[in-house]
Amino acid sequence: MSTSPASESPAPDPLLTARDVVKRFHHNCVVDHVSLDVNEGETVCVIGPSGSGKTTFLRCINYLEKPDGGVISLAGTLIGYKIDKGHLVELRPAALARQRAQIGMVFQHFNLFPHLTVLANVIEAPLRVLRRKRSELEDEAMQLLADVGLADKAHAAPSQLSGGQQQRVAIARALAMKPRVMLFDEPTSALDPELVGEVLGVIEKLTAAGLTSVVVTHEMGFARHVADRVVFMDKGQVVETGAAQQVLGSPEHQRTREFLAKVL
Amino acid sequence: MIRDLVTRSEQAATDRPGEEAWTLPIRPRRRIGYWLVALVTCLCIALLIASLATNKAMQWGVVGTYLFNSQILHGATITCELTVFSMILAELIAVPIALFRLSGNAFLRVVGYLYVWMFRSIPLLVLLIVWFNIGLFYPRIGFGIPYGPVFVSASTKQLVTALDAAVAALGLNEAAYSSEILRTSIRAVAAGQRDAAKALGMRSTVMFRRIILPQAVKIAIPPLGNDTIGMVKSTALVAFIAVPDLLYSSQTIYESNYEVVPLLIVASIWYIVIVTVLTIIQSLLERWMDRSMRSAARPNVAKLAAGSLHSREAFGAWRTVPGLGESETDT
Ligand SMILES: Nc1ncnc2c1ncn2[C@@H]1O[C@H](COP(=O)(O)OP(=O)(O)OP(=O)(O)O)[C@@H](O)[C@H]1O
Ligand SMILES: [Mg+2]
Repeated sequence: MSTSPASESPAPDPLLTARDVVKRFHHNCVVDHVSLDVNEGETVCVIGPSGSGKTTFLRCINYLEKPDGGVISLAGTLIGYKIDKGHLVELRPAALARQRAQIGMVFQHFNLFPHLTVLANVIEAPLRVLRRKRSELEDEAMQLLADVGLADKAHAAPSQLSGGQQQRVAIARALAMKPRVMLFDEPTSALDPELVGEVLGVIEKLTAAGLTSVVVTHEMGFARHVADRVVFMDKGQVVETGAAQQVLGSPEHQRTREFLAKVL
Repeated sequence: MIRDLVTRSEQAATDRPGEEAWTLPIRPRRRIGYWLVALVTCLCIALLIASLATNKAMQWGVVGTYLFNSQILHGATITCELTVFSMILAELIAVPIALFRLSGNAFLRVVGYLYVWMFRSIPLLVLLIVWFNIGLFYPRIGFGIPYGPVFVSASTKQLVTALDAAVAALGLNEAAYSSEILRTSIRAVAAGQRDAAKALGMRSTVMFRRIILPQAVKIAIPPLGNDTIGMVKSTALVAFIAVPDLLYSSQTIYESNYEVVPLLIVASIWYIVIVTVLTIIQSLLERWMDRSMRSAARPNVAKLAAGSLHSREAFGAWRTVPGLGESETDT
């Protein structure tokens, strides 16, 4: 091992690090000391049975849920806290918002803004948060919409789109902030089967282009094909993590095997 | 028993339509009950109208002469002004009160709660009389340093007219109800909207102004319209402090000529007109809200759509990848 080229240059610092993240709801430990490293350009898929805490863990990463323990850092900066004289002090809302702007999130139920057109959905945050010029943003947004195959829907209302189209707009909206990492929370589980492919296709293209992402998914075929690493969670804990082939092909743990036997 | 069943099913068989049923035309079912109800209702209404129209006490001729009386028309404009200004004042107070009640700060929540509690408890009439006599509590109003020198001051009686007192009382009272409407409307906006706005890095002020408020207003418009219409009639209470509104004007006229009923009818006709206009405005507003969609309109759609990078072949390629079972052999 010591002669392998990888050990000569030090391993790059992971872009996103979660250390011992704990989240409880009424004494019910939903996320139980979860740790995860995601390197730049890496795609990590999180799988696991319903209620295993995948969504909650993802929401802890961008502080939509405040973790009860553990720390999360993005590019070496703590999320939600600053270090002040040997203490962790919770960040002010403005500073927290700036951190969130670097983390894109795609939700299970799209959560598009219903009172804004597709194009306005995409440019709203960069316009108000990054205070960039509207004309520039519109050109960029049209390009993004074209990338997700929806350039012709730019002036439609979200309610006029199919679920798959809405989710692709949600992806474009998150990308418009040029996030360093993207979090996808079961992006296709609210979709009709024939619409799943179009959304996963977009995500696959993005990850192939080098987007760093954490994807919670029930689509094992997708995970196997796209993930650099797969994390299996159960009852709030990470049971097994490793290369996609290894975790999905020849899992070490009994619980992983049982789960895979059920879903495949 | 069994024989009964058999014979019944035989009967049913004879009822079965023949082949020709497929080609028969459809005749609508006769709805005798429907037209009977319509007839009776129309008859009742017609009788009621006839009895009112021919009623001597109504004195329709007197109604006609006073309908466009200048004092009445002036009163109607005062009623409209009172409604508009009171509602504006009410909403200006209601927005912060609603936000206080939803605030993360417990002190602000308590302040909001106390406001709503107070002003929903005190009768509007009491509030009106207190404001009219505000000079008794604070004889002079001025700018200065509390418990220190006063720079400018004026007599409250001169500064606060009866109309001001009426707007203040009506506005403060309505603000308590409106703030409840706004609070529940804000809460009714889906939680996912907040999640999405936060995840995009929006601060709470931007999130509220750009995402939550537009959706909450849409929910709030029907109940606020309802309250505005209620306000039109609440303004009639200002007769107690001698503000010459629509009702007070008709009262002053009938106090001199004793034509009580016709003048009350004149006032009612104008109230009906005002409420009808407000109802139309409300429904237009609701329809406009449904259609309006904030957009960033720049017509470069066609250009980009033509050169779309989207390619169906590249997407969904993963679906053709061999399943897990087979994959073990090819790795
Ligand atoms: N806000 C909340 N309050 C209380 N309990 C919660 C809350 N959010 C989640 N939970 C609980 O936490 C547990 C984990 O939920 P979570 O949504 O993270 O699971 P999941 O792995 O994403 O499941 P699924 O695959 O069904 O989406 C569940 O038992 C859920 O009931
Ligand atoms: Mg979930």
